[in-house]
Order: sequence, then structure tokens, then C-alpha cells
Amino acid sequence: MLEIRGLTASIGEKPILKGIDLVVPDGEVHAIMGPNGSGKSTLGYVLSGRDDYTVTGGSVTFNGIDLLDMEPEARAAAGVFLAFQAPIELPGVNNANFLRTALNAIRRAHGESELDAIQFLKLARAETKRLAMPDDMLKRNVNVGFSGGEKKRNEVLQMALLRPKLAILDETDSGLDIDALKIVADGVNALRSPTFSALVVTHHQRLLDHLVPNRVHVLAHGRIIRSGGPELAKELEKSGYADVLAAAA
Amino acid sequence: MSVVTQTGAAGFLARYEALKDRLPGDAAVRAAAAESFRVAGLPGGTSARRIEAWKYTSLRPVAEAVFQGSASAAGAMAALPKMNAPRLVFVDGKLQAHLSDMVPGFKSFADQAVFGGLARPDRDPLVALNTMLADDGACLRVPAGVDAGVIQIVSIGTGTAAFHPRHVLKLEAGSTLVVLETAIGEGNYLHNPVTEISIGSGAHLTHVRLQDEAAAAFHLSTIYAEIADGGTYDGFSLVLGGRVTRTEIHVRLMGPKAAAHMNGAQLLSGAQHADFTSVVRHDAPHCNSRQTVKNVLGGKSRGVFQGRIEVARQAQKTDGYQMNQALLLSPDAEIDSKPELEIFADDVKCSHGATVGELDAEQLFYLRSRGVPDSEARALLVRAFLVEALDLVTNETIRSILEQRVDAWWERQAA
Repeated sequence: MLEIRGLTASIGEKPILKGIDLVVPDGEVHAIMGPNGSGKSTLGYVLSGRDDYTVTGGSVTFNGIDLLDMEPEARAAAGVFLAFQAPIELPGVNNANFLRTALNAIRRAHGESELDAIQFLKLARAETKRLAMPDDMLKRNVNVGFSGGEKKRNEVLQMALLRPKLAILDETDSGLDIDALKIVADGVNALRSPTFSALVVTHHQRLLDHLVPNRVHVLAHGRIIRSGGPELAKELEKSGYADVLAAAA
Repeated sequence: MSVVTQTGAAGFLARYEALKDRLPGDAAVRAAAAESFRVAGLPGGTSARRIEAWKYTSLRPVAEAVFQGSASAAGAMAALPKMNAPRLVFVDGKLQAHLSDMVPGFKSFADQAVFGGLARPDRDPLVALNTMLADDGACLRVPAGVDAGVIQIVSIGTGTAAFHPRHVLKLEAGSTLVVLETAIGEGNYLHNPVTEISIGSGAHLTHVRLQDEAAAAFHLSTIYAEIADGGTYDGFSLVLGGRVTRTEIHVRLMGPKAAAHMNGAQLLSGAQHADFTSVVRHDAPHCNSRQTVKNVLGGKSRGVFQGRIEVARQAQKTDGYQMNQALLLSPDAEIDSKPELEIFADDVKCSHGATVGELDAEQLFYLRSRGVPDSEARALLVRAFLVEALDLVTNETIRSILEQRVDAWWERQAA
């Protein structure tokens, strides 16, 4: 379970998160919506440990451990996964080698044996097939020359292989066509279990048609200003954020 | 009896005076070289004279070092790369017959001391020093049309020896040769080799150099190559070791459609100083030259890249490319990069570029967010930076030897 209490964070001197309270119980998918610049991406980065952000207050515990105290790799080993809004290109790093290095690092952290290249490829090919990704995506350099949709699918592939306990999807649906959107949603749905939870940052109801959330939260100006059931997303899709923002002001 | 130890240029000249009657080859060539060396001295050493070619590298540490003698080579021998190819082993510049294999077309410089006309003692003080004192080396001749396979030339330096091997590689028309040169050792020695290379019409030389000298050693190597029409010099230098080092390569493209590749990578840490200097001269039309040199610099190390492309008036349709990149792993590391183009032909394609950067914070975070520990993530990104250069080594066995050395270097840094 993810428990965020009074979280504040800034970049440089500028406060971005101004007191976030959010609980995501095991097995639940929560959607985060909100206007641009409200702090949605910052929340994902802070949870995964990017050091450009300074946490100035509050706490984040994940299955009882203090997440904010941990290095990014330790958070990943504990089961936190951030699907990047703009996945990073790694020229000179082969995608299969990258995925295997990551998977083996996490397996090592769990005291499991590492996979050799053949064992890994077998596993990876099964996942790429399920995600309708061409095989050559494993041979190419990480995200280099990938289309927007391929980059997003590559994030979902990483998630499928690393099997996190908490997935944070930062606008993974943006730039995807309907088929790709469904593949991404299916990828997350396949992981759904009583020990998996997800925070899905999105602008669109579309994704939530396929990936039905337990709760929807509206983030604005660094705070959660409204929470509700799946119907809240439909309401926002219809009337925009203006009414919600006005009501909260 | 007391022995006065002389250092610097005076020490080398005294050594020449003591040995000159016993050194092989043309005494007049040596005497002229000694005179050149006496005038030039060690760049940055004792003389205050500034030489443009040595703008960024001072040999003062070499001038101040005491070079006295050899020690055991046994320890360093164990560190040789394992490779199934005949090898010629030199310890402190002297051929070790009992450690070496039979290589067709091979003569030692001690037995066949012929100074070629490529290296210029009158222009380069280190060539002068070498010419003055060279007493052994590898002379390899590949007859026309022959594929001579892979040959290893190994140098092991020991103790406080100073040695100046003279190598000659001669490929006749249509022949092929792959040379892996490995330089290793233990001690504070000076390794100052000069290699003269001539590549005949349509011949192909792959020349890979692994410079992994002892941390306190000096390595100052100079290569002169001439390439006839349709011939190829495919050179790669991996520079890992040594305290003050220089890799200097002069290539002259003499006939149409000759090609020269002068690639390399330098990985430095601590207070290491490594200078990669190259001059490629296009003297014929339709030739191409390619150069990718990558530097990975940690600690307080300093990398130097000087690359010059000269295109003569008659060398139309020249295609020249040069790229120098540096990755700084520490705020105290430094790179000096000086690319130069001198073009007298009017129908040429020449480009060059240089970049300097640090490890990308976003890339590092991306890897760590996937569970890859910080040091492993850095190693992966450094390897990725080097891939473009290392991939230019086409012989897979040799490339994998270099990759293992790069990994071992990284492990030494992390330890």
C-alpha cells in the first residue's frame, strides 16, 4: 500500500507539490488528472527518487517502508516503477541488454538467480509478442529512433518484465492510437492482482475506459482538490477542469 | 667508483655516446639524429623553447626521471591478453626468442637495422631519440598477395628501463595483415617506439594497439605510414595506461583510393596525461580518411587530441572525417582538443567535430529507476559512449579483448 501524507516538494526554490495526501490500497488503480503544470509528473518523479526535486515536507511509505529515504534503484527493487512520459534514449545501449541488466539487478536485490541471455530472450519474446511489438525492438538501441508509440510500448514492456508492485504511468497514453492504447491498458490489466497497485496520470477518459480506476483524483496547483469514483473522469471529460477548480477555490 | 646519473636529454645523449659503436645500422643516420635531438631536447623538458606540436604535452616528468635498468618481466607476462595468434615478445625493447613464435617474413631490427625514410628525426625530437638509440624491434614483410593473418607484437616494460624499439611493417601489393600490438609492464620505464609502415597497392593493414602500460610508466609512440593506391591503413589505439603518454600518427595517402582510419579511445584516471596526435596528408585524389577518437576522463586526468587533415592541391574528391569526443567523469578532468584542416584542393568533402560532456543525469536516473545500481549504470553509459569507437575494430576476437580491457579498467576505477 502507498501512503502519501502532506508531501511537499520543490524544484530549486519553486514549490511544486504543496501538500499531497493520497492513499492507494493494494490491488487498486487510481487515476490522477489535472491541468498542465499542476504537479502530476513531479509526483511521479518524487516517488521514484529523481534528485532534481527536493522534498521539503511530509512522508511517503510503501508497504510500511519510508520510500523517501531510498535511492532510486532501491525503490525499484522494492517494486516501484515509473513509466516515463518522455522515455529516455540510450544510444549505444542495446535494448535487450538494458532490459536484462535491469531485470537481473532487481532479481539480485531479491536474492534470485540472474537470467542468462537465452533464458532472458525467451521471456522477453513472450512479452513483446503479447504487446504486439516487433522483435527487432529488442535489438535496437534503447528508445533510439523509436516512434512515440514504440517508446510508450517499450515502457510497458519494461513494466511487464520487472513486475512492479506499484506502477506509476505518466501519460503513457498520450500519442497512442486506439489499438496501442488498448495494448497499454491490457498490459497494466494483466498485472492487476491483490499485490499490485497503479497510479495512472492521464488527460483522457479514453484510457480509463480500458483501464477502469478504483478512484480518480484531480491535482491542481500542487494539491489534490477533488477525489471520486470513475464517474469523476467522465465528468471532467465533459466539462473540463474549470468547474472543479472554481469549486475548490 | 662513483657513477654520475644524468637525466633528461643529456642522459640519453650520454647513453648514445657510450653505446654508439655497438648499435646496429647506419652510424651516419644515428649521428644526424643525435645532433637533431641535441638541438631539440625533450619537448617541455629542459629547454624553454615552445613547439606547437607539443603545445599541450610537457615531457618534463620524462626529463626528470632516472632511467637505470630492467627488472623481472614475469609478473607483467601474466597480464597478457590470451589470443591464439603467433606473437613476438619484447622485454624492455629486446626480442625474447624463447617467448616468441616463428613468424614468416620476420626479422629483428637488431639483425636487419635499416632505417626507413618515413620517420623524420629532424622534425620530431622523439623520432630523433629513437633513431639515436634504437637497438631492436620487429621488421615484418608480407609478400605480394599474401594474407599473413594475425600477428601479435608484445612489449613488456620493467623497472626503470628506457627503450626505443624500431618497428617496420611492409605490406607488398595486395597483401593483408592484422597486427595486435600490446604494451604492458611494471615499473617507471620509458617506452619510445617508432613504427614505419608502408602499405602497397591494394594492401590492407589492420593495426590495433592496446596501450595498457604500468601506471608510472611513460609511453611515447610515433607511427609513420604511407599508403599506395587502393591500400588501407585501419588503425585503432586503446589507451589505458601510463603516466604521461602520447600516440602520434602520421599517415600519407599517396595513391588514388587509398584509405586511412586512425581511430582510438583513451580512458584515463588519477593524474594521467594522454595525448593523441594525428596528421593525415591527402596527396592523391579519391582517398578517404576517417577518425573517431573518444576520451573518458576521470580524476584529475588530462586528455589531448590534436588532429590535422592536410589536402594537397591535386587531391581532388578527398573525403575526410574527424570526430573527437570527451566524456568527463570528474570536475577536475580536462580535455584539450585541436582539430585542424589545411585544404588546397577545391573539390573535397572534409568535416570535423568535437564534443565535451558529462554523463547524462536523465539517462543515469532512467537506468537507476529500473533498478540498476549507480555504479553499474555509469559503467553501462561509459561503455555506450565508447561503442561507436570500439565497433570500428572489425576483428571480433581483438574487439572482445579490448572490451574486456575496458571492463577491467572500469572495475579498477570502481574498486
